[in-house]
Amino acid sequence: MFNRKFMEELFKPQELYSKKALRTVYDRLAHASIMRLNQASMDKLYDLMTMAFKYQVLLCPRPKDVLLVTFNHLDTIKGFIQDSPTILHQVEETFRQLTETYGGLSAGEFQLIRQTLLSFFQDLHIRVSIFLKDRVQNSNGRFVLPVSGPVPWGTEVPGLIRMFNNKGKEVKKVEFKHGGHYVTAPKEGSFELCGDRVLKLGTNMYSINRPVETHMSGASKNLASRTQESIVPNPLAKEELNLLARLMGGMEIKKASGPEPGFRLNLFTTDEEEEQAALTRPEELSYEVINIQATQDQQRHKELARIMGEFEVTEQPRPSTSKGDDLLAMMDEL
Amino acid sequence: MFRRERSIPLRGSAAALCNNLSVLHVPARNLTHFGVVHGPSAQLLSAAPEGVPLAQRQLHAKEGAGVSPPLITQVHWCVLPFRVLLVLTSHRGIQMYESDGSVMVYWHALDSGDMSPVQAVFARGIASSGHFICVGTWSGRILVFDIPAKGPNIVLSEELAGHQTSVTDIATEPAQGQDCVADMVTADDSGLLCVWQSGPEFKLMTRIPGFGVPCPSVQLWHGMVAAGYGDGQVRLYEASTGILHVQISAHARAICALDLAPEVGKLLSAAEDTFIHIWKLSRSPESGHTEVEHCHGECVPDTQVCGARFCDPSGSSFAVTGYDLAEILRFSSA
Repeated sequence: MFNRKFMEELFKPQELYSKKALRTVYDRLAHASIMRLNQASMDKLYDLMTMAFKYQVLLCPRPKDVLLVTFNHLDTIKGFIQDSPTILHQVEETFRQLTETYGGLSAGEFQLIRQTLLSFFQDLHIRVSIFLKDRVQNSNGRFVLPVSGPVPWGTEVPGLIRMFNNKGKEVKKVEFKHGGHYVTAPKEGSFELCGDRVLKLGTNMYSINRPVETHMSGASKNLASRTQESIVPNPLAKEELNLLARLMGGMEIKKASGPEPGFRLNLFTTDEEEEQAALTRPEELSYEVINIQATQDQQRHKELARIMGEFEVTEQPRPSTSKGDDLLAMMDEL
Repeated sequence: MFRRERSIPLRGSAAALCNNLSVLHVPARNLTHFGVVHGPSAQLLSAAPEGVPLAQRQLHAKEGAGVSPPLITQVHWCVLPFRVLLVLTSHRGIQMYESDGSVMVYWHALDSGDMSPVQAVFARGIASSGHFICVGTWSGRILVFDIPAKGPNIVLSEELAGHQTSVTDIATEPAQGQDCVADMVTADDSGLLCVWQSGPEFKLMTRIPGFGVPCPSVQLWHGMVAAGYGDGQVRLYEASTGILHVQISAHARAICALDLAPEVGKLLSAAEDTFIHIWKLSRSPESGHTEVEHCHGECVPDTQVCGARFCDPSGSSFAVTGYDLAEILRFSSA
């Protein structure tokens, strides 16, 4: 995923992907490994990813913090692949490219980026169990926006009116009741290759000391259920995938039997439940991955798909990409 | 002081933009018109005093070259001496309609020239001044359109240079007599404010420098500029001199909208921190200094507010929109 050609393609200036296009890319990414998911589990995984991303973008204190969130993601990934210098180098290269492309943007440009991203997530209110448990999401699917805690870096704690005379001298100072319970920001997050990002958005949602952005009292104490999980990554790819399976929570891992090698991920508790979910999934939430309409979409995603088709899973036998090939062939025919 | 009134349902949720609510009060017909941007479409609706929706219409951004339908940035009613026009700005250009949105009377395509696709091209910031309509653009240029008393013979009469970064908002007020000549203020992504005198040719009177923080919303009242910033501050300046008179640490997140009730000198500020505040502006009789008093604060839980307007010139009622919210919230103190 961090291979240079793929990254170059992603960094090209372009319009926001359509929902269908993003889902296609996501599907190909997920299947570039030996992992296999059927439709229902794939949908669930995509929903989880989408809502988590929406949460991170929506709760950014400053628009520029979307970059810090991205850096948090990269930092965590670096933790997983520390023992692999090639990939580590690629991730650091991506980091440099992010800094080069976005590091110099103004607050106004970041605000436009954030607003455009929010337009992608508009009207998505899928309930995510971990968010519901942590009281980060309401039962109507909307995220909790806390009115307490530190203000963003560069913002003052609200509550003061200062009046000046014509010479610029302060002549009157009045406090007012804002309604929230804010405190000063402790420090600014670092935008360097390595550093304390301060912001917790974009860090591992499932880690033991889960730093969920909520300041509501009575925050969930159910971390105990997660303490058995190890977050230490195992360099062996297969073990890694089993970890991913465990992180997704209570599902069955079927050992592959028959001609197709690899690993089937079911995000539901039973196969029957998975089938049922596929059948009862509301029409408006289905992604219709195969239909790619616009020519430009086609061009761009053909290119992306071609690049992804070249991905190699090192240390594992080359996986059968029959499903991927079908998709690629279908895209070629359109 | 203010109580929550019946909400008006919207066909589509409001987009995460700034100044995402326009209100046209039509006392003669006992009607209020509301305009909200959803994304590639905008919704106009009219309501009776109790908030009962009567009629609604959807407008779309004019298509152009490109993959996906263009996003609308703002929709705003412009009250001119002999007519009212509805202006819609998007990432393609500027559309002007009769006030009920029934007929498009003018289309101006934005010229991106030979700009690389890195820069977003859009129009944003709409206000009327006399028989002119002024619209801001991504480059900082302000387009001045000369509007005839009736008919579609609208002409681009001038392009104002004053801003180097994307325009965010424009505000005007009727000239206050011989002493007070400044009657238009424009704001941009860097926080720079330009104060103009309208006329057959617009003249730049004052520049009030920004401090790197965008100024998404601006108002003008009795020669005073009220500006809301991305760091949650509201600042009042003397328009003719640029001298800072009042500084309010008003909000904990970026301000998205300001509005004025000109009859009583009330200012409304709304921000992404879920709060709306109402302020009373006045001049101290002894010192002549500008004074501000906090009147009222309202919290819309878990809602990133994106638009807010008074619904009448005496400021006895106001309406609010929020990102992802498919209704217009109403408050009144009658």
